Amino acid sequence: MADVKLIGSALSPYVLRAMIALSLKKLEYELMQEKFGEKSELLLKSNPIYKKIPVLIHHDRPICESAVIVEYIDEVWPKSGWGAILPADAYHRSLHRFWTFYIDDKWFPSLVALGKAETEEAKAEAVERVRAGLLLLDEAFVKLSEGKAFFGGDRVAYLDVMFGCFANWIKAAEMLVSVELLDEATMPALHGWAVRFREHEAVKEVMPDSGKVLEFFKILQAKWKKDAADAKN
Amino acid sequence: MANAKEVRLYGMTRSGYCLMVHHALRLKGVPYDYVEEDLKNKSQELLRLNPVHKKVPVLVVDGRPVAESLVILQYIDELWGSLAPRLLPEDPHRRAKVRFWADFVYQKVVPLTYVIPKAEGDSKAAAVAEFRAQLVVMEGGVREELWVDGAGPFINGDAPGLLDLLAGSCHTGIKFLEGVAGVQLLDKEETPLLCSVMEALLQLDVVKETTDFLQQHVHNDR
Repeated sequence: MADVKLIGSALSPYVLRAMIALSLKKLEYELMQEKFGEKSELLLKSNPIYKKIPVLIHHDRPICESAVIVEYIDEVWPKSGWGAILPADAYHRSLHRFWTFYIDDKWFPSLVALGKAETEEAKAEAVERVRAGLLLLDEAFVKLSEGKAFFGGDRVAYLDVMFGCFANWIKAAEMLVSVELLDEATMPALHGWAVRFREHEAVKEVMPDSGKVLEFFKILQAKWKKDAADAKN
Repeated sequence: MANAKEVRLYGMTRSGYCLMVHHALRLKGVPYDYVEEDLKNKSQELLRLNPVHKKVPVLVVDGRPVAESLVILQYIDELWGSLAPRLLPEDPHRRAKVRFWADFVYQKVVPLTYVIPKAEGDSKAAAVAEFRAQLVVMEGGVREELWVDGAGPFINGDAPGLLDLLAGSCHTGIKFLEGVAGVQLLDKEETPLLCSVMEALLQLDVVKETTDFLQQHVHNDR
């Protein structure tokens, strides 16, 4: 259905959230591929405030911000495909949303900081922060999964999507700095979850492999380095 | 109808984030206990209930804690969905717009409230101008995407919803900041809709009740 369009690129983990949600719902949509470094007319028109991807366009009306988009998809198509994304229980919904805030506010920025770290010391510090966050998420996983496969229990749910979008970013970061971040020894539960999430039928279809993510991460690193140098001049 | 739940709110009198939660609970008529936290000397309870951020507000319902103000407001709306007012609209598109603009406040407006008190001279003026500009953006966006003429006085309709409560807390925070920093941040001519929403909220009994209730907990130390 050309009724649903998504502006973005799978290389953005935030866009990937929307793609995984659409894939879980088995919805057809048109991907309006954005090129890195350029912003299309459509993007600027659809998201004038942030000028960022993803933007979902449904019935010609744009929806911006990945968390807003995923909840919207779940509410408009509650029973499609694999079914509900937000957990049925209000308390679990609040925990999934809480951890999503944490990931966006604290954890992913720590992964970006790792990418930006220039000295060995800065890298080591950044690695510790990323791992500390992963340990918290590992603990949360144990509580929320109740011994089952996903944050949503038997089914992939909201937090699986909102965190799982970073599964290959974690791998790419590990390759980038040659350090294990999500290691099986200290975080077996979360490690197992990441393996299962990547293998899920709806996720496999859309998630770029870690090699591609690593390539993109390196392009971002170069851009960050240039921006930092420009800022100094 | 759900059985009566044990509800306890951990907060701080001057926190706008906490104020919204008081308002939401009182609007729905949900009875709750309140624990005032001294943020310079946080209780063991708070640290146990919100170990990740160690911040208020935390809402505990039947022993289970929820943190993050926007998460708490949605939780309240979902737990007490049968109690008016509904804080979020029924229509998914409108819900998405409410969520977007709530997030906008946290992304674009709130950070400046930390910059302004510490800034001086030109950078202060720039921060103030930026703050007012962002409110104008929000005014325009809300007017275009959510406001229905004649359906007010609130963005949510005749009763306040999530964005209205957020606007109310912003008003409290803004007035405090204006006093502390000696600047003007709100202007009825720049943002008439947001100002009228804030005014309508201030008139509500539950808002006045909350103000009176919190008076008992106000600390005298700065």
